[in-house]
Amino acid sequence: MWTAIGQAFSMVFEPYTLMVMVLASFYGLFVGAVPGLTATMATALLVPVTFFMPPIPAVAAMVTATAMAIFSGDIPGCLLRIPGTPASAAYTDEAFAMTRKGQAEKALGAGLVFSAVGGLFGTVVLIVAAPALADFALNFSSFEYFWLVLLGLTCAVFISTGSPVKGVMMLLLGLLVACVGLGNPAGFPRFTFGTVEMTGGIGMIAMMIGMFAISEIIRYVVDTSPPAELVVEEVGGVLKGQWALAKKYPKQILRGSVLGTAVGALPGAGADIAAWMSYAMSKKFSKEPEKFGTGHVEGIVESGSANNSALAGAWIPALVFGIPGDSITAIVIGVLYMKNMNPGPTLFTTNPQNIYAVFLLFIVANIIMIPLGILCIKVAKRILKVPREILMPMILLFCVVGTFAINNTVFEVGVMLVAGILAYLLEANKFPTAPAILGVVLGGMLEENFITSMIKSNGDLMAFVARPIALGLAILTALVWFAPLLLRMLRKPGSVS
Amino acid sequence: MKINDAFWGVLLMALGAAVLLAVRSYPNLSGQPVGPALFPSLIAYGLCAGGALLVWQGWRDRADGPWLEWEDWVRSPRHTRALVALLGSVVFYILVSDTLGFLITALVMMMTLFRSLHVAWGRSVLWAVVATVVVHFAFYKLLRVPLPWGVLTPLAW
Repeated sequence: MWTAIGQAFSMVFEPYTLMVMVLASFYGLFVGAVPGLTATMATALLVPVTFFMPPIPAVAAMVTATAMAIFSGDIPGCLLRIPGTPASAAYTDEAFAMTRKGQAEKALGAGLVFSAVGGLFGTVVLIVAAPALADFALNFSSFEYFWLVLLGLTCAVFISTGSPVKGVMMLLLGLLVACVGLGNPAGFPRFTFGTVEMTGGIGMIAMMIGMFAISEIIRYVVDTSPPAELVVEEVGGVLKGQWALAKKYPKQILRGSVLGTAVGALPGAGADIAAWMSYAMSKKFSKEPEKFGTGHVEGIVESGSANNSALAGAWIPALVFGIPGDSITAIVIGVLYMKNMNPGPTLFTTNPQNIYAVFLLFIVANIIMIPLGILCIKVAKRILKVPREILMPMILLFCVVGTFAINNTVFEVGVMLVAGILAYLLEANKFPTAPAILGVVLGGMLEENFITSMIKSNGDLMAFVARPIALGLAILTALVWFAPLLLRMLRKPGSVS
Repeated sequence: MKINDAFWGVLLMALGAAVLLAVRSYPNLSGQPVGPALFPSLIAYGLCAGGALLVWQGWRDRADGPWLEWEDWVRSPRHTRALVALLGSVVFYILVSDTLGFLITALVMMMTLFRSLHVAWGRSVLWAVVATVVVHFAFYKLLRVPLPWGVLTPLAW
């Protein structure tokens, strides 16, 4: 183990990796701070670049960029009342109210410091939980994996906000997209329309870039709301008073981090849902709930730690089972496969140094977040003034070329465009995108384990619940499916209307 | 653009039916009860059922909103032009990048987009050239992506 840890240290503290981390930090801080560019988009746009890197620097770039972007999303929320990333939306009004009261420093500082604290907390849980789970998962057969994937997909449907029917439809669409091509247990070409390009399946990266970047560009182009005004001219020392806040709100920090890590680890829900939930929780348990919404720092402390801890939490199922905890890890899993670091319990036994390196990357990223974050806050005014009418076309060009670079064909560019338009239309009609992503990423795995199990049991469905862990997972899955229905039935007799 | 759920329901049901039709010809694995058709057909049944549910919900709630609701940008020529430029420029890239080459295609694409977003002529030209050259350098030289030269092949560097 110690030799592996030593190897991990030498991989992470190598000049090339460190340089990648610093560059990715600036990139992440910038993307997060520009409204309309999200942390997921930052990850998707990194893929074509990480394509050309060794595995550890590639992972380093993604870990650092996302951690920074989730923090810096607070900056425009605080100064413009526009969240930089959806993960900051929960407390944007609160932070802006603080700015109005002349407390922009305190709000930004709390966002920064407790982002780092939450991120480190999530990392500790990742370090402790992932290897233990991996040990446990070594005994899993196709039956357990089938249920595990189904449970993950189920969570994705029911956690995402809005109509569950629409969530299920998006999931099925994702699964259907995953069916395209030769990549099925029979090796039979499905839905290829006789084209060569589609025999390999629909490019996941092209689709992700479309869904997360192109759809955002479309949204920017058709946005008719007037530009927001910058209220603060100068932001001073942000670290002042943060220690006092930490002493005043230890329970909130812990609660936010625990909730964030847990929500992150659940498939389909990431930093944004973690922030909403923990902001609501903070208000509910606060001694002074009436102050929420008027520029009160408590909720920012709690949900600021929640959204960053969710990032690390999402890596737990991603590394152990190959089931992404959020849309960022969905992209990361694709990259891990390309780098021959296939996620799964065996990753922990065959290449432990890689896993330790990932842990270490998380620690380093969350620590360098503080100085780089301060720097970013200092130049925030300039970042917020970057003309988006020039930035957006450049991002589009980057998307096009980046997508082209995956297979060197324009076919992928077409996939990207279609995915972007569809994602925009479906989201405008309140179809959630997270279940679709999970469906695409996990479709192959679900089918493979399903078909393998069917062959093993000779078509006997009872075999799916014959093993104890499989049965437990099956019951859990069924509970998630039917819990809303049961709750409604229980509530009905008592309701008045 | 917001369309009544019933529309989406019909679309999803049609998709489900099309999938069911397509998988009918798929063979089973030899000697096995299952094959490549099983999983997609399960998905297709789900799509049909969910689609039907959406049709029903959409029909039930039809009084709550119009069948088709446009956002504000549709009435703003400036925004519709920008959207057409955005989508058109990607299609343009797909169609002509191979023959015209990356440099010309990207320049045209960037100019169109900047102008559609009301960037002044001078800045449009400047930033279009900068973006094209930087992206070309980064991807063609540093990452060795074979971006096409097209008509400029004799000048390739």
